[in-house]
Amino acid sequence: MSFVVEDNDVDIVIAALWPDLTALFEGWRPIFSRFHIIIIKDYDLEADLHIPPGFDHHIYTKSDIERVVGSTSINFSGHSCRYFGYLISSKKYVVSIDADCLPARDDEGRPIDAISQHIINLKTPATPFFFNTLYDPFREGTDFVRGYPFSLRTGVECVLSCGLWLNAADFDVPTQAVKPHEKNTRYVDAVLTVPLRTFMPVSGINIGFNRHVLGPVMLPAMRLDGEGKQRWGTMDDIWCGMCAKVVCDHLGLGAKTGMPYVWRVGGGNAWESLKKEWKGVKLMEEIVPFFQSVKLPRTVATAEDCVIQIAAMVRGRLGPVDEVFSRAADAMEEWLRIWKRVGSQGR
Amino acid sequence: MARGPSSSSVPSTPLLKDELDIVIPTIRNLDFLEMWRPFFQPYHLIIVQDGDPSKTIKVPEGFDYELYNRNDINRILGPKASCISFKDSACRCFGYMVSKKKYIYTIDDDCFVAKDPSGKDINALEQHIKNLLAPSTPFFFNTLYDPFRDGADFVRGYPFSLREGVPTAVSHGLWLNIPDYDAPTQLVKPLERNTRFVDAVLTIPKGTLFPMCGMNLAFNRELIGPSMYFGLMGDGQPIGRYDDMWAGWCTKVICDHLGLGVKTGLPYIWHSKASNPFVNLKKEYNGIFWQEELIPFFQAATLPKECTTVQKCYVELSKQVREKLGKVDPYFNKLADAMVTWIEAWDELNPSENAIISANGSANAK
Repeated sequence: MSFVVEDNDVDIVIAALWPDLTALFEGWRPIFSRFHIIIIKDYDLEADLHIPPGFDHHIYTKSDIERVVGSTSINFSGHSCRYFGYLISSKKYVVSIDADCLPARDDEGRPIDAISQHIINLKTPATPFFFNTLYDPFREGTDFVRGYPFSLRTGVECVLSCGLWLNAADFDVPTQAVKPHEKNTRYVDAVLTVPLRTFMPVSGINIGFNRHVLGPVMLPAMRLDGEGKQRWGTMDDIWCGMCAKVVCDHLGLGAKTGMPYVWRVGGGNAWESLKKEWKGVKLMEEIVPFFQSVKLPRTVATAEDCVIQIAAMVRGRLGPVDEVFSRAADAMEEWLRIWKRVGSQGR
Repeated sequence: MARGPSSSSVPSTPLLKDELDIVIPTIRNLDFLEMWRPFFQPYHLIIVQDGDPSKTIKVPEGFDYELYNRNDINRILGPKASCISFKDSACRCFGYMVSKKKYIYTIDDDCFVAKDPSGKDINALEQHIKNLLAPSTPFFFNTLYDPFRDGADFVRGYPFSLREGVPTAVSHGLWLNIPDYDAPTQLVKPLERNTRFVDAVLTIPKGTLFPMCGMNLAFNRELIGPSMYFGLMGDGQPIGRYDDMWAGWCTKVICDHLGLGVKTGLPYIWHSKASNPFVNLKKEYNGIFWQEELIPFFQAATLPKECTTVQKCYVELSKQVREKLGKVDPYFNKLADAMVTWIEAWDELNPSENAIISANGSANAK
């Protein structure tokens, strides 16, 4: 299969947590320059952004967010500012990459076009109902293997593409603290569908999705107290990845993981972060069993309705466990209100 | 195996030479063993000779082996030999039954040593051993694949309570060169070769089925051996080339029930021979239609919690096969009978092995 990635189909969303984005844009220039780029400036960032010339981009600041969204309980600061980008985009596909990531290179030293790979992942079917041992059967040079039922070979629409990272991997605080020098050097040349009812931690560092389908679900709901600017202190992406997988499984849609890789610079002192309560790690013990047990009524047929149901379940079952879950449920409902007013106009 | 914080020195993989048997079905010759000699010679081989028992299969010098032909199978199993296929590589499961070792590696006689991208020969057996000795993680998918491999770990968001993993029962390897396609795909793409080396081992999640290929496969015989029945195939049977598939679906349902893990990915071997797609089509023909019923059957199969051993799980599955698949074709009634015969034969030949697996998946020694 060959694919033409239409420039007009895609918005790239970048969360600007520091002002100088020169290295980011110069590093990605050959790949980014054909697309429109939505840059969201972190609330707490006062300095002007440095963006080199030659990119079709639009910067949104706190005042833009306030103007468009109005008064809201959702906190769009820090890493969560990118969700405003998801909201304001009008494209079918959104790709978001953390600003400390550069193009990775494959085993032959060629820069990897992460944007195109995400779009290819999203434009080829996913196969969640049965595992193909040669991974994505729609890739060049491969296919379904013996024993793969023919009725399952058409696959389903893929709406979420989760990429990976070379160099600084997306580890949590304890792992980072214990293995400060560990780098991910293994380039795994595979894309695979995440099977039905299988959950995984979705990392927002390098992600692509079909905004028309999944827009209502890619939401900033899980925010930890004292959440800082370090990736390892965030859970927003993990949470919306769990919601997204429930929605995919319920609506018969697919999610893929694997390529593309980005080269992540990372950095920071994990020991300092360890001193704070790493609540996110504890919360996962509740979050995973909860999402694994979510069953949505058959009558729920849209992503929005899925989110409404999930939010109610979160409030009912997880709310009593920790207040952060009640706030998450509120945020999910608030996001839907904003989405209906602002986001859905992008279609 | 390496766990926890990484150290600068990598512990070497134990050979397990007294704990592992290599089971090889063959109908022609064992010339391929010459290439494997550096890796296989320390191990005991169990050769299962299919086809004409009067033919002599020469085993290359220097290998320690036992060889069974059809006469041996009939002699050892008596009437129960009916469960072992004839004129099909499914007969290899006889080798699993007679082995006394903890681990089995099975490989086809047209599979050779592959090279990794750096050009180095791949020691497939060593990788399988690594896979089997490290835990699996079926309850939550790790996006960096096997977290127990050197240079990998669990990613942010992976619950700590799930990081111990579960014992690995099966290690499913892959193939470069001739891919394991079904006959229709072979006919449409006769020239396609698998040239992609995917440097990953991953656990197949709980609740997910997969097509298990028997060409390059290792398993913990003590944990899961009795489920590795390769069915009734070949001569006198309406189906072929679904032996490993059948064993894989049964095994996965049982592993999921008992809390055991199945891994797939590395190691690669080099698959040299493309079988005749027209011959394959005749063998697979029924399977292609039947698998449309089989997959939903296995996906929906549940085992009662009283099934705490592999044998009990397997016998229970055989009842469900009879009940639900018997109406698809009378073959499945025969197969259900053969599944029971297999377990009876297994228990007869392995009387002291009754590995009790508790419901939470921890294997206790007998």
